[in-house]
Amino acid sequence: MAAAGGRASSAPLLGRDTEPTLFELSERGRRSWQLRTTAVPETPLEDFVPEGHLRDGPPELAEVSERDLVAHFTRLSHRQFSVDLGAYPLGSCTMKYNPKMCDAVASLPGLADVHPAAPASCSQGWLQLLVELEGQLCEITGMAAATLQPAAGAAGELTGLLLMRAWHEAQGSSRHKVVIPDSAHGTNPASVTLGGYEVVTVPSDDRGCVDLAALRSVLDDDVAGIMLTNPNTLGLFEEDIVAIAGAVHEVGGLLYYDGANLNAIVGVVRPGDMGFDIVHLNLHKTFATPHGGGGPGAGPVAVSERLVPYLPGPRPTLLADGAGTRYGWATTPESIGRVHSWHGNALVLARALAYLLVHGGDGLEQVARLAVLNANWLRTRLSGTFDVPYDRPCMHECVLSAASLKKATGVRALDVAKRLLEEGFHSPTVYFPLIVEEALMLEPTETESLQTLEALATALEKIAAEAGEPGGAGRAAEAPHATPVRRVDEARAARTLVPTFDARR
Amino acid sequence: MSGYSPHTDAEVAQMLGFLGLSTLDDLFDVVPAALRLAGGLDLADGMTEPDVLAYMGDLARTNRPAGRDLVCFAGGGAYDHEVPPVTRALASRSEFVTSYTPYQPEVAQGVLQAVFEFQTLVARLTGMEVANASLYDGAAATVEAVNLGVAASGRDTVWVSRGLNPAWREVLATFGAGTGHRLVEVPLTDGTTRWAESAPGTGEEPGVVVVAYPNYLGCLEDLSAARAVCDRTGALLVVAFDPIAAGVLRSPAAWGADVVVGEGQVLGMPLSFGGPYLGLFACGLAQVRRLPGRLVGETVDAEGRRAYVSTLRAREQDIRREKATSNVCTNQTLMAVTAAIQLGWLGTTGIAEVARRSAQGAHYCRTKLLGLSGVEPLVDGPVLREFAIRLPVAAPVAIERLVDEGFLAGIALDPGYTSGSDDGLLVAVTERRTRTEIDAFVDAVAKVVR
Repeated sequence: MAAAGGRASSAPLLGRDTEPTLFELSERGRRSWQLRTTAVPETPLEDFVPEGHLRDGPPELAEVSERDLVAHFTRLSHRQFSVDLGAYPLGSCTMKYNPKMCDAVASLPGLADVHPAAPASCSQGWLQLLVELEGQLCEITGMAAATLQPAAGAAGELTGLLLMRAWHEAQGSSRHKVVIPDSAHGTNPASVTLGGYEVVTVPSDDRGCVDLAALRSVLDDDVAGIMLTNPNTLGLFEEDIVAIAGAVHEVGGLLYYDGANLNAIVGVVRPGDMGFDIVHLNLHKTFATPHGGGGPGAGPVAVSERLVPYLPGPRPTLLADGAGTRYGWATTPESIGRVHSWHGNALVLARALAYLLVHGGDGLEQVARLAVLNANWLRTRLSGTFDVPYDRPCMHECVLSAASLKKATGVRALDVAKRLLEEGFHSPTVYFPLIVEEALMLEPTETESLQTLEALATALEKIAAEAGEPGGAGRAAEAPHATPVRRVDEARAARTLVPTFDARR
Repeated sequence: MSGYSPHTDAEVAQMLGFLGLSTLDDLFDVVPAALRLAGGLDLADGMTEPDVLAYMGDLARTNRPAGRDLVCFAGGGAYDHEVPPVTRALASRSEFVTSYTPYQPEVAQGVLQAVFEFQTLVARLTGMEVANASLYDGAAATVEAVNLGVAASGRDTVWVSRGLNPAWREVLATFGAGTGHRLVEVPLTDGTTRWAESAPGTGEEPGVVVVAYPNYLGCLEDLSAARAVCDRTGALLVVAFDPIAAGVLRSPAAWGADVVVGEGQVLGMPLSFGGPYLGLFACGLAQVRRLPGRLVGETVDAEGRRAYVSTLRAREQDIRREKATSNVCTNQTLMAVTAAIQLGWLGTTGIAEVARRSAQGAHYCRTKLLGLSGVEPLVDGPVLREFAIRLPVAAPVAIERLVDEGFLAGIALDPGYTSGSDDGLLVAVTERRTRTEIDAFVDAVAKVVR
């Protein structure tokens, strides 16, 4: 019986043949391209470009007909799981349904065809859109102003750390350390290093939250700040957040909010009210802009009043003058400078504003509530099947463990993930957070129905039950069978690197 | 309130009952009461989809997009090249649009193979051995190349040609505040980088040399001079190339580049008010373990069939954490897939044809503009599809007046390029500009500068 919308057990359509590459489909003399008829004089390039600059012949790419091109990429698309196909409970990634209306907005020629260097007189609509989005994001986060330039969460993190650095320098303070919990996403420590800081890791306590005593022991006047995800990567709300904020602020540090998990609390509690000074948001998570197979995202950074002067410029701004109001660009003297070639992933930003408008304040509050409801339903339903290392109410995602299953049957979290693919669902995130053994991190999001959750839970229960049957571990280790390819040899890919078609030989 | 969450009231009640709760708010008992947002968000209530579309449509109508009513002669890193319906259609397939990073390769062969083909196409365009799965934009790719170069050379002095896009140089400086790299800008003489005379003054040899080809003014640098600097000092040569110009220009690899970066917007992305674009990054196999971002490799599945997977993962932040080569996680995969489709559409002959036609259009336009009284070349060096001129009026004023004439005339040059004056204009011509449009543009410029 099909789950409402959520189970992709009917795909792919046919067979499991390998799709040839574009290069193998290529036949000399075929072509797809057609260009405008321009009547521009065809002056030989040699007449105005010195010989040493011109290549002997064109770079060999591929030569295919448009029909072949369409068939090739359509067949590739049939070898790809996606949110539109079925439930995608990939923890920490917030794979919710992406409203098609937002795509329609992004394809409006009045947005998509505007040159980024067009004078402000030609981009008033864009500037207004960006100013409105900034305002909404500030209301949601409880912050004073935001930059929309960072192209993804990690870019937002690094921007936030550079803001932290600029602020401390302006106070005449040179600090060297940034504290992160051991449950943090890997982007946090990587960003800290690129921000020129040293990582200090604090452990989690037995409740899965920051160990407050351990935190206090590392705090001193060399700590620039702390990066926290709240709810954290265990899906748990940091209940001591007020005490954490007080302790960090007491030594003159700043609090950085990693917005990866904002979907849990939007409209319920705001990072600004918790004491955070810098917040990045992942619009591709919380505000449903499509993930694009791994981007584009957008990672705006919102800050409290005291950090506003340091935001990257130029920022879209409402300017008032004698003639009335108009939109323009502004850069403060204290700005840390640009973090993007232009104004950020603008069409992603437009999609996010459309999502915010269609939901409104009332709809956004319901988003968090239903996301948390779904995650707790899954956690409770599956608590008899898998270990629940931190067994208390979770936020938007729950972290289970296959440790007992592995001990009893030999079936690992990885095997559970691969088996689930055969059942028509995308896998949860596995082996993260690092502090949980055999972790299975499930984030159903608010757009999956109860029927889908039931089907997902039933599939996981079936996988666990089969693991205990004779030969179960062996079968699980061989999964998946029904997917376009069977289990992929990752070790070989790294050992015998073939990064291009031309490296095959 | 939207209809994207499927829950009925009865189902919500049933689920709450299963959890032993009575209201949705009970789910948040763990949040200290004092922190809870009393009274909700100060945002308007939700609108219906048709109302949002109408509202956004109204905003869009107050913009002036490139098109028949505003013929585009602006470039500066964002160009009005042909994006055919086939690229738009394939790149908007929801399997590519609504998936994520291919953590489960068995159900992500579509994106993985498309990215593998993208990597191959970028490698062929640049002449390099390996290309990554994309970065955010040209500026981000340059930042990552500098980070790689510093790590590989062990020296943190970076010579950056002033021919590199000024916005990218600013981004380099922004991130340099974190890494502490010493950025030394090398000036231009008559449009190209003056390496020979560039005594850095720091007393230290560079670990990285960054140069653009063609550069921001559209000029073709003699990259052998940049290569010579690197050979003398042991620095890595980073070339910011243009993937369209690469259709006719000698490849960065042939000039001796160690790392090649670029802005991939020209490979099938609309102007998009500046994003999402596509950071291109290619290098030699010698540097592959320092490569930033994701890399797809070919392998086999359990039955020995060809398969693709993200590889050399030990470089990445989720595994290596603070010792990672980069903090990049989400990149611009959909744009990489788009570029693979567009390059498939252009093919071997199309990429050269677009480059050739753009150059011919620019040559025709430049020659005609320089025939106008008061319009002077900023530099005389060889150019391809973009060039800089000086006007007898301030460039920002000319641009505003030409908007009224139906043209986006170009980009006002930073006064740093024009000895402090504001009369510099950067003009780009693509294969989409007809002779009629160019002639009308030149007439309009004549009218405006008169």
